[in-house]
Amino acid sequence: MLRGAAQKRGWGFWAQLAFTLLVCGFLILPALLSMLAGITVNFFQGLSSGLTLKWVFQVFELYSDTLLLTLGVALGCLCVTLLIGVPAAYVLTVRQTWLTRLIEEVVTLPVAIPGLAIALALLLTYGGFGEFRRSWGFILVGHVLYTLPFMLRAVMAVLASIDIRTLEEGAASLGAGFWTRFFTVVLPNARSGILAGSLMVVTLSIGEFNLTWMLHTPLTKTLPVGLADSYASMRLEVGSAFTLVFFVMIVPLLVAMQTLSRLERRARSARPLADDKSREPAAKTAGATAVETVR
Amino acid sequence: MSFGEMGFGETPRTPVRLRGCAKTFADGTRALEPLDLEIAGGETLVFLGPSGCGKTTTLRLVAGLEAPDPGGRVLFDGQDVTPLPIEKREVGMVFQSYALFPNMDVAGNVGYGLRVRRVAEAERARRVTEVLEMMAIGDLAHRRVDQLSGGQRQRVALARALAVRPRVLLLDEPLTALDAALRERLRVEIDALLRRLGITAIYVTHDQSEAMALGDRIVVMRQGQVAQVGPPREIYFRPANRFVAEFIGTMNLLRGSRRDGRLHLAGGDLALTVPGAPQQALPDTVEAEYLFRPEAVEVTDPEDARLSGRVASALFLGDRTRLVIEGVTDRPLIAEAAGRREFSDGDRVGLTIDPRDLLRLPD
Repeated sequence: MLRGAAQKRGWGFWAQLAFTLLVCGFLILPALLSMLAGITVNFFQGLSSGLTLKWVFQVFELYSDTLLLTLGVALGCLCVTLLIGVPAAYVLTVRQTWLTRLIEEVVTLPVAIPGLAIALALLLTYGGFGEFRRSWGFILVGHVLYTLPFMLRAVMAVLASIDIRTLEEGAASLGAGFWTRFFTVVLPNARSGILAGSLMVVTLSIGEFNLTWMLHTPLTKTLPVGLADSYASMRLEVGSAFTLVFFVMIVPLLVAMQTLSRLERRARSARPLADDKSREPAAKTAGATAVETVR
Repeated sequence: MSFGEMGFGETPRTPVRLRGCAKTFADGTRALEPLDLEIAGGETLVFLGPSGCGKTTTLRLVAGLEAPDPGGRVLFDGQDVTPLPIEKREVGMVFQSYALFPNMDVAGNVGYGLRVRRVAEAERARRVTEVLEMMAIGDLAHRRVDQLSGGQRQRVALARALAVRPRVLLLDEPLTALDAALRERLRVEIDALLRRLGITAIYVTHDQSEAMALGDRIVVMRQGQVAQVGPPREIYFRPANRFVAEFIGTMNLLRGSRRDGRLHLAGGDLALTVPGAPQQALPDTVEAEYLFRPEAVEVTDPEDARLSGRVASALFLGDRTRLVIEGVTDRPLIAEAAGRREFSDGDRVGLTIDPRDLLRLPD
């Protein structure tokens, strides 16, 4: 069948391929040029001026604290969203009342509201608490507000797809109390959602600009804010080197997310080795789906 | 083989009693009217009824997944278990959706209840193997749950429920998710298993043949109330009311006038009493209704019977032919004819029905 398809590839196939590559090139080229600029001695003279890592080192010198802060905020954000998001997702899935549905909607709002508005609201309300305002905790709060719905949705989708209520009833019938059920049945089966949510939260937190731009102080800059800062006030090569550093950090995370969702999909398609046709719908492991839904 | 012979200790034959158990849900729906019921130790009791009749609610009350309305009591072997949550009731439960834990393999699932009870690992492994052998799935011990077929999953679910030596086994439509052939096979297996173990079992289903085959007694339910309780044969041959008669199997309705002990219909007339049997004086009336089952009819030539009709359709089923017959009464009748005789649409046939197979029932 595959061979047949290969033989039948007409001009339509090649035209589409060419168009796709053209679009890809158009999108990728700026990123490549930007990264290239980051390791060129003088971008205005072009590549003939030679390649160097000078700018990259300069970025590390100038912004290493920014880098650490970004990772710190991202990890802090992950911890908080795990601690709040996973139990909340569990409760919202298991108890379906008008109240839980309302909470679900309210918690999802920050995805739809512009980051600037959230930041303004935070500043209006808590801006007066000087210590808090000046600490990186202020940025953390913003990031948690923004990323929590992603964790929530990812975990909820998985819990809903495996019918966690019946699983829990099964565990309870075998003698398991609430905490035993939570740790031996709920958490392990929500794993794919928790993992997908975690990667999402870390990636979003590292890349977040809108909120952070409003919330930051000169002493609490994160990577994207630093990036804007360097493009605005340094030579182009430094800003580009900054982009390069950013890419190196964020791309592995994106790849991990993709790999994860592919693994889940493969696990899903490798369902029953059936010697009979059970009518049970294949349980969906919906970590990846959840992320797509939120976006 | 009993639990005892398998090294399972004494076979638990826990009698279960429900006293005044009603259930009203938070939104005000009455799922179950006050119910009193005794289930003998070792008995298999089947709750049968259409969806929404309260059968699953009753099972969940026994399980401890729902609490009865105030005043209701659930007793296991005389002990009041009403305040106990399910995890303290020592029941075994099998779900329609299996409810196997996807994060554990088969052995992990079956041993879960023992792990929760902190049974030592060696003992646990021994008992898991034992139960898996009993269910003839010993070779699946290290399979992942998602690598199992539906039938295998339900066997694992049964093994898991039995591994903890429950006082009562509760089965909630365990075969509904399976296809017909497999359902039949597993039904036979479950039947043999329940007899062998002698465990008290409560089985919920909407499938009457499952209920007939498995139940020592059947509780037919309708709109939160018990319509009839009794052994399968009694339910089938002596239904207490129209609902039970029509829910179980197929029933035909004859509507005509009764004169001199005979029922007069559009297609002729029919004796209502057995000649020579003690006469029961039946008053004459223009509005009499009788019910009978399709297999109670003997299909003959029109000349040999005082009741006749016209074949509207004939469906050959192999061992018998299912006929729809018109012109006997105001609605078509369903009759089953055994043997080789072929029927075509429009054929005139005679019908003989033994008076003992005619039922008169309250609504």
